[in-house]
Amino acid sequence: MTHESFLVSDDVLAAFTSETGVEVEILRAGDAGAMVNQAILTKDAPLADVLFGVDTTFLSRAVEAGIFDPYESPAASAVPADLRLDPAVTPIDFGDVCLNYDRAALEAAGVPPPAALRDLTDPAYRGLLVVENPATSSPGLAFLLATIATFPEDAGYTWRDFWTELAANDVAVASGWEEAYYSTFSFSGGDRPLVVSYASSPPAEIVFAEGEPPAEVSTGVVTDGCFRQVEFAGVLAGTDRRDDARALVDFMLGLEFQEDVPLNMFVFPANPEAAIPDVFLDHTAIPTRPVTVDPAAIETNREQWIETWTQLVLR
Amino acid sequence: MDAARPALTRPPPLAGLRVLVPAVFLGWFFVYPLARILGRGMSADGFREVLTDTGLLEVAWFTVWQAAVSTTLTMVLALPAAYVFARFEFPGKAAARALLTVPFVLPTVVVGSAFLALAGPGGALGVRWDESVGLILAAHVFYNFAVVVRTVGGLWSHLDPRLVAAARVLGASPWQAFRRVTLPLLRPALAAAGSIVFLFSFTSFGVVLILGGARFATLEVEIYRQTTSFLDLGVAAALAVLQLAGVTAILLAYSRYQERRTVEQTLRPVAEAARRPRGWRERLLVAGVLGSSAVALGAPLLVLVERSLRFGGGYGLGNYRALGSRGGRGGLFTSATEAIGNSLGFAAVATVLAVVVGMLAASVVAYRRDRVSRWFDALLMLPLGTSAVTIGFGFLLALGWPVDLRTSWILVPIAHSLVAIPFVVRTVVPVMRSVRARLREAAAVLGAPPGQVWREIDLPMIARAGLVGAGFAFAISLGEFGATSFIARPDRPTLPIAIFRFLGLPGRFGQAMAMSVILMVVTAAAVLLIERFRVGHVGEF
Repeated sequence: MTHESFLVSDDVLAAFTSETGVEVEILRAGDAGAMVNQAILTKDAPLADVLFGVDTTFLSRAVEAGIFDPYESPAASAVPADLRLDPAVTPIDFGDVCLNYDRAALEAAGVPPPAALRDLTDPAYRGLLVVENPATSSPGLAFLLATIATFPEDAGYTWRDFWTELAANDVAVASGWEEAYYSTFSFSGGDRPLVVSYASSPPAEIVFAEGEPPAEVSTGVVTDGCFRQVEFAGVLAGTDRRDDARALVDFMLGLEFQEDVPLNMFVFPANPEAAIPDVFLDHTAIPTRPVTVDPAAIETNREQWIETWTQLVLR
Repeated sequence: MDAARPALTRPPPLAGLRVLVPAVFLGWFFVYPLARILGRGMSADGFREVLTDTGLLEVAWFTVWQAAVSTTLTMVLALPAAYVFARFEFPGKAAARALLTVPFVLPTVVVGSAFLALAGPGGALGVRWDESVGLILAAHVFYNFAVVVRTVGGLWSHLDPRLVAAARVLGASPWQAFRRVTLPLLRPALAAAGSIVFLFSFTSFGVVLILGGARFATLEVEIYRQTTSFLDLGVAAALAVLQLAGVTAILLAYSRYQERRTVEQTLRPVAEAARRPRGWRERLLVAGVLGSSAVALGAPLLVLVERSLRFGGGYGLGNYRALGSRGGRGGLFTSATEAIGNSLGFAAVATVLAVVVGMLAASVVAYRRDRVSRWFDALLMLPLGTSAVTIGFGFLLALGWPVDLRTSWILVPIAHSLVAIPFVVRTVVPVMRSVRARLREAAAVLGAPPGQVWREIDLPMIARAGLVGAGFAFAISLGEFGATSFIARPDRPTLPIAIFRFLGLPGRFGQAMAMSVILMVVTAAAVLLIERFRVGHVGEF
């Protein structure tokens, strides 16, 4: 069971079947939030044996609801500790939500790419940024969390101050990544040269380039204030094929699957031994210090944070 | 007309099945799942939270008024086109009618991006309408135009033109003849189309989300947020009940009105009613109406075509070629042919389900005029007014027994048919009701048994309406996205799902647009083909 954005090469799954004799049937169930909630509603009679795609923002809810039969693949011991957020599940990949900028348009506006999040409140950046609504978009929520981690509640300058200033600096809000990136971002014909997107968006532009790949990517990534999202796989409680399910989770952390991850889902493999294609490495910015928020804190405060944000920015 | 007609005119056979089949279908796949999910979430706290939160009440108010305005605008703007399609013959009419259906099936993500390309940041029209209600209303008109033209135009094309001619001879002006003769006769279809457009706008999701920016929300959007991001089933259930109550009230009022105001009449074959335009006035009218509709509906579609052809700095078919096969660099999760195959397969099953259930149900609604039929009628329409996420989550709780259908592919066409059945019913009922009882009585008096009366008098006319309904059902299934994406399902991407997934990745916009154009072509071709069927010997009905 997985979400709409899951993508794997056919021959990789075929390799799993020929190794183990187990056929994998993929079941899709909406976006990550919808998928987790469907798994919670059906936990007494699970729809599948393995769930992939629960991320940092929904992990706590899923684990607390008891949908997992706790299992962390032995291979996870090689995975960096900051990705192993809960022993009930196995980290599979991670990616960063970062600001992207349109090189040409920023140059035309006469400003350098922002070096830090705080720069965005400078009048020089007035009317240049589009963000996604955290209530309806997962990168939108990730960016809100990045600001909460960067300007914490107990600091002199809080995330509320930041967003108040951003709202005064004419930030645009789109309801989803598609609208922000394809309609409002100047790179695709809109009028905002800064957009909340992924650190891996520039390599995706190269890989999927229409016609000849351009020599230089025309978008860049701001490496400050990136939110790191980890995606996990877990064995669903109540499965009657626990061994097969565990074998699949192990396989997902194995090299064959891991090396297939970057160019399919545009995220980094969790297994540090997996080789990453050059085109991905060359164009993906690696944030200097990505931020994150404890999943339990996200679960407790999600609704209230979003409500506060809505009051500050939209009302 | 009076409720108690002599038994011999009461039509068709299969009386028991006519109630049973739709009742079981809707009970199993709509009422029960709905009851389970609402039962799971309903709580006094949820209602309290909704009723005391001014933000949520504003959402409810916005939902109602934007739906009312969208409906009015659509009716007013589409009526001239309905008239032209009903009364005039012109070259390429069948193709034009099929093309008209195209906007109706395009996924909201696609239409949203076309509208933003026209009137968004850096838009081609040079105006900024994004984040305004204007663009939402325009998109609703764009989507629902075909519903009015086809439903109203369908009945209009069968009205006896001699009635208006007679009124004119007796000294009525064209406007008076329209108001006093045509309008009353069209009422069943006007009300039918209006109720569908209202429900569609009332439960609008993607359009509001994409074009309204973050500032507007309908109940549907709010239910989605509460269910999928907060899993707050209490508030979601309270909102869903609010939505259902509103929809039910509208539907009951509609069906009561419908029953009182239907006028029996002799429907005429299209060949008798439609003719080529005569004189410069009529030609100007036909050209003007068709031209302006083509521009208004065509502009967003042309934007999509143009964008699908943008390739590597110039224009070309590269995006289409890229859709040809799976695999390759970066992987392609489905080829265009696979997606077309999946979409056509689901649509065929959904259409059969919708036509069988819808026709049986329509005959109950049309011929039994009592409280039962009124409630039945409202029940049939309810799925249109229920949020996709509510039903999708309800399926999970309700369909595990007696057979576990929760992860079966059949759920996809079933969900599509729930949306399509109201269209079949709405296109068929007005025709069924308008078939003149005297024709039936005459046939019966001449010795035809009830079954034969139904076969020879009702069936040919009804079958034509049924085909229009089938075309709608097929188109609805081809374009359905919301419910499809919520249902946990085996990996068989339909065209809209494929479009959505391409849009989710940077650098694949062109391919998403190419896939959208393919969806447009497939839809137009399918609708054209379905409407080519002719039933009986009464001419084109």
